[in-house]
Amino acid sequence: MKSFAYASPTTEGEALSLLAEPGEIEILAGGTDLVGLMKKMIITPDLVVNILDIPSLKTIEQLDNGAIAIGAAVTLDEVLAHPYLDPYPAIGQAIEGISSMQLQCQGTIGGEVLQRPQCWYFRGGRGLLAAGGSAVEDGDSRYHAIFGNDGAAKFVSASRIAPALIALNATARVIGPVATGGSPVGLNGEDASERFFPIEQLFRIPRHEGERESVLARGEFLTHIILPDRRNFASATYEVRQGAGPDFPLAAAAASLRIEGGIVREGEIVLGQVAPTPWISRAAVAALIGQPVNEQTAEAAGLAAVTAARPLSHNAYKVQLAKTAVKRAILRAAGQETGGF
Amino acid sequence: MVNQQAEKKKADTKAQDEAKAAAAKAKAEADANKLAEEKAKYGWPAKEKSSLVGKRVARLDGLPKSTGTAKYTYDINLKNQLIAKGLGCPHAHCKIKSIDTTAAAKLPGVVFIEVLKPADPPIDPKKPDEVPPKKDWEIEWQGEILAVVAAESEAAAAEGVAAIKVEYEKLPVFVQEDNLAAAKAAGRTFPGGNKTQTEKIAGDDDDVDEFSAKELARLFKEAAHVVEGYYGVDPITHCCLEPHGSTVEWVDGKLVAHLSTQNVSGTDEGFAAGLQITSDDVTVHCDYIGGGFGSKFAPDYWAISAARISKATGRPVKFMLDRDQEFKLGGNRPSGYLKVKLGADKDGVVTVWDSEHWGSGGATPSGVSQGVVPYVFAPKNFRRVATNIKNNAAPNRAWRAPNHPQACAMTQTAYDDLAAKMGADSYDIFLKNLGTDEKPLVAGAKPSVYAGEMEVGAKLMDWKAKWHPHGKGPAKGSVVEGLGMAIHTWGGNANSSTILLKVYPDGGVETFCGTQDLGTGTRTSCAMVLGETFGLPIEAIKINIGSSKYPASGPSGGSTTIGSVCESHRRAGVDALLKIADLVAAKLGVEAATLKAVGGKIVGTGGKSVSWKEACSLIGMKPLEVMADYKSGTPSPLSNRTVGGVQMAHVAVDRETGIVRMKKFVAVQDMGLVVSPTQAESQIYGSVIMGIAYALFESRIQDPASGAVLNAEMKDYRLPRLGDIGEIVINLYEPESERSRGVIGLGEPPVISPGGAISNAVANALGVRVPVLPLTPDRVLAALAKSKKVG
Amino acid sequence: MDRTHHRPPSGFSRRDFLRGSGAVAAAGAIVSQTQAIAQEAKGTRILSGEQTLALSVNGKDVKVKAEPRTTLLEVLRYQLDLTGAKPVSGDASSGASTVMIDGKPVSASVELAVRCVGKKIETVESLAKDAVPAAFVACDAQQCGFCTPGFVVATRAFLNKNPKATEEEVRKGLNGNICRCGTYANVIHAALMVVKGGANG
Ligand SMILES: Cc1cc2nc3c(=O)[nH]c(=O)nc-3n(C[C@H](O)[C@H](O)[C@H](O)COP(=O)(O)OP(=O)(O)OC[C@H]3O[C@@H](n4cnc5c(N)ncnc54)[C@H](O)[C@@H]3O)c2cc1C
Ligand code: FES
Repeated sequence: MKSFAYASPTTEGEALSLLAEPGEIEILAGGTDLVGLMKKMIITPDLVVNILDIPSLKTIEQLDNGAIAIGAAVTLDEVLAHPYLDPYPAIGQAIEGISSMQLQCQGTIGGEVLQRPQCWYFRGGRGLLAAGGSAVEDGDSRYHAIFGNDGAAKFVSASRIAPALIALNATARVIGPVATGGSPVGLNGEDASERFFPIEQLFRIPRHEGERESVLARGEFLTHIILPDRRNFASATYEVRQGAGPDFPLAAAAASLRIEGGIVREGEIVLGQVAPTPWISRAAVAALIGQPVNEQTAEAAGLAAVTAARPLSHNAYKVQLAKTAVKRAILRAAGQETGGF
Repeated sequence: MVNQQAEKKKADTKAQDEAKAAAAKAKAEADANKLAEEKAKYGWPAKEKSSLVGKRVARLDGLPKSTGTAKYTYDINLKNQLIAKGLGCPHAHCKIKSIDTTAAAKLPGVVFIEVLKPADPPIDPKKPDEVPPKKDWEIEWQGEILAVVAAESEAAAAEGVAAIKVEYEKLPVFVQEDNLAAAKAAGRTFPGGNKTQTEKIAGDDDDVDEFSAKELARLFKEAAHVVEGYYGVDPITHCCLEPHGSTVEWVDGKLVAHLSTQNVSGTDEGFAAGLQITSDDVTVHCDYIGGGFGSKFAPDYWAISAARISKATGRPVKFMLDRDQEFKLGGNRPSGYLKVKLGADKDGVVTVWDSEHWGSGGATPSGVSQGVVPYVFAPKNFRRVATNIKNNAAPNRAWRAPNHPQACAMTQTAYDDLAAKMGADSYDIFLKNLGTDEKPLVAGAKPSVYAGEMEVGAKLMDWKAKWHPHGKGPAKGSVVEGLGMAIHTWGGNANSSTILLKVYPDGGVETFCGTQDLGTGTRTSCAMVLGETFGLPIEAIKINIGSSKYPASGPSGGSTTIGSVCESHRRAGVDALLKIADLVAAKLGVEAATLKAVGGKIVGTGGKSVSWKEACSLIGMKPLEVMADYKSGTPSPLSNRTVGGVQMAHVAVDRETGIVRMKKFVAVQDMGLVVSPTQAESQIYGSVIMGIAYALFESRIQDPASGAVLNAEMKDYRLPRLGDIGEIVINLYEPESERSRGVIGLGEPPVISPGGAISNAVANALGVRVPVLPLTPDRVLAALAKSKKVG
Repeated sequence: MDRTHHRPPSGFSRRDFLRGSGAVAAAGAIVSQTQAIAQEAKGTRILSGEQTLALSVNGKDVKVKAEPRTTLLEVLRYQLDLTGAKPVSGDASSGASTVMIDGKPVSASVELAVRCVGKKIETVESLAKDAVPAAFVACDAQQCGFCTPGFVVATRAFLNKNPKATEEEVRKGLNGNICRCGTYANVIHAALMVVKGGANG
């Protein structure tokens, strides 16, 4: 690791002041991802700001309207065990998939959502875009994107929980310097701004090296994830995992469905591990609306989800896996047998 | 005239032959007599009479390992030590144009930098025409260490490494080791040997090649069943959890090296040669080693560098490879890919085999030996051709049972495809191809051993009830199940071993032996053997191993350790006991020959006995010292060679995702006489799990464009976890016929069959062969897509 | 579906933004700073260079030297001679460096030592008399043993949370650790032995 300075603020306001310091700054949550990247000198910050000493980031609260606010620094094991989240199995299933107690106890939900891509060219020091995408094109793309891969970015978004959060219509609360244009908040009203936006908008497909896969601007950070009351939706995550360990899934999908009178009225289906961002599939939802959930309709939705897939040279198999993940997430959400493992 | 000469020559040869035969007969008789004598003196007690050998005991070093007090090389921290780290070459094939360490040397905490790969070929001015060996200046694999930085902390060393500036000249890379045509086109192929054998022998006038070609063609024409197939196994790495490395220091001008090694008694010479000193000036220690699997026989150039840096700085130096370097340099197993055509008679007995295989063992061309193709099965007629490919990866190292796992997975799969083609039960086809003890169709163990093991295995697996023809099993949703089997053999004879045994007048027993414990339980087995011999519990025996200053013992490789230490410890123990018995006999007034050491006593006839302690008090003031020396290859009643094993796998496969799950695995294993059943089982569990790893999960993945190893981190190098192993059932196959042969090594044999057995089980489940291991979802789906069976 | 909501959700209280006061926990416990440079950024110290940290390890208060980049694992292994936790992956994927911090199993290889001030750190060495290592010995759940300390701590943490774990739960729960020698089968046996009362139970 390169030497860095370290600070551990205890309020969100202090954190913001620290994030305004000069130099390259990284936010340290659980550290399970960041510390490894710093060790390999893929990331070499001048200042590391620890957010685990900020009490407001470490609670799960029920809000007035049945919404739930999860602090970004809440660890995954706590999210998994919290009764407020019982109505949203899609989240718990995604966390269970991580399947390492250690990662669950150490990793935070904010860090999970904002962890850096696993692309082996990025992690091997070839840059986030892997030499403008050419390293992936000429190389081994077996774990790369089948959607959203027409630009230089070919990696897949690593978060396992984000698809579930998006499917459940979660909101991100991000605070930052006034310049980011949110509502003014803070110590004296001018120091900071606060933004609330749909969590899928946290992610973007970077177009050039230097642009990250999250939209967070310098000085900003994620403080909370707010889940609206969706108790009338059934939800599930299905991950295609080769083994029982914490290896990343080969493809995944989260579904949240409002099923009334046996018919799907409304819903959201989001794929994971298939694109540089979590990948919302309107086509899959459209195929399901107005239908009962069964093997055939789920299969049709799975097929609809992947018709626009554009695999790279080594990852055509992921199309089949993504299709299966969608089908099984739908069946699981509806409480039906998935037919596989 | 000519005829006469020929006649005479013939007669002479005959006389010579006869003399030779007579000499051989005499020698055999002498050997047999010696063996009988040795058996009477040293032989193992009968099974029912053993007090420790063959009994369940807890591993002697289990607690230190489980509570973290066992000190591995990585854990040895010497006062004032420097931490060294290496700069790994980022390119898989290049030359160094320049290397500049100035900035690195100036960093705080950096103490010393040694450049290992200079920029220009170092040409000797006296011999300007001789280009120095390529290896001195051309880098042929990624990760090769170019320079070593020693610093006050890990972080400072890593920063130092990052600050070294190197200019490279990139050279063309080749890593497509599975593609023979591409390798040929790139000029990367080398003959790997070949052999052709037919039952009918060519006449004096025949061209042998032409004859055998014709003969093979004829046999294929006559064959009732012909199968053509393609099979393979990707390269894997050793991935020892403790990386290669050392902590070294110079004490009074002599090198003391703590080295993570499978070879304490041999690596002192490695250091000596590398440092131009004598092995007397080197002591190697290794109390505990965190995995070796065949990759840790030498100090390696990085430990030699650590020793040089230690000398130059006057400080101890610790140099352990990074995980990334461990994957790239710490050892790998050659890949193997095979195309075959085989013919069988109407019963499914293979009559003719014709194969070509290739693969790569890295930048030094090597690959799977042709000598083990087809594996275990030895059809009467065969042609086999091997090609070695030179690719840009570090040279391979011995990996548990070199050649065998790949050969098993590349060839017993073809036998299984024969069963599939015939719609026959694979069990029956395997059985028929064993032959009989009189007319074996297999190599290694006797057909009756394999057959006996198959019977045991089939019961444990419930094979007959579960079996269905390939691809014809019931599906539950998209999940289908299948069974597969494979068989294996291995030598596992005893290595050389010397020990010094001391019995103290107070009854204490201590041994000194330059062997090592790879996790196989060497300490425990040594103590069991002496405990058995002296009638003492294992805790009463103090075992000292893991130092090159102890009497030499062979390296732990090839499953040779258990035999070697049993030989030396049993012999020393018996010799010591005979001396003590003489003393006790005098005291008790009984015949020494009637005395027995049991239950902590020396017992004679008529109920006369003395306690072990009393007996030892007769030794006098100085401890009784006994040396024993066993030379590998000496026939002995205590140890032997050649085992057979049978394994069966039951898997479930999800046809929609291509994921394979282990349901059950049965391993039946002969190892002659079982010394420590608990640890023998652990070895087999471990082998099966390592087998599941290479069958389903792991492979070294290289970037086709740059040759970089893409998955050189634990996170990316997929391995099975605790939840991936299913149920594993072990049977230690020890009928008296096998037990009476003595101790035979076990470290390697059970790791051979899992690849073949699991591949066959997947083929049985799907009705489609997934040709190349590991059987990852992409490959399973591709094989299904090819046969239109997805979902 | 309305995906344009960006109003603060009702009930989300701004008080959080200010809650918590500047001078707590971590900074207070840093006892001295040799060659440390500390700046203040609105009440929070920025630390760089070597610090002396007071840690609680296996029930003992110890002082160690660490830079911000120093990991807990380095401190344990190089300064406290607690070498049970092993460096295997550096990226938390093998579980070999598992220790308990405030009772939770975490990888010391990716935890910064500065962050451990004020926390209860327990390493495998503190489990010398625990039922878990005893069961590991009884079930021969170690071969080379390099992964074993990590497995022992993980098993202890897992059983603390699931004292009545079934075999299926064990197979699902202990996947954060890697063993190359393949001791998994006996680790399962050992965990279940502890559930049933231990090696002497
Ligand atoms: C072996 C291994 C396996 C893994 N397997 C999985 C897996 O299966 N599934 C999975 O999802 N993850 C996995 N991870 C990745 C990751 O470690 C975990 O997901 C973890 O939850 C990340 O959380 P953290 O708090 O440790 O993040 P950190 O490492 O602290 O941070 C991750 C990134 O997010 C940024 N960040 C963190 N919090 C915030 C915030 N509040 N605002 C802005 N930026 C922030 C950090 O600066 C950093 O760039 C794995 C990691 C390893 C080493
Ligand atoms: S016992 Fe060797 S790695 Fe687990």
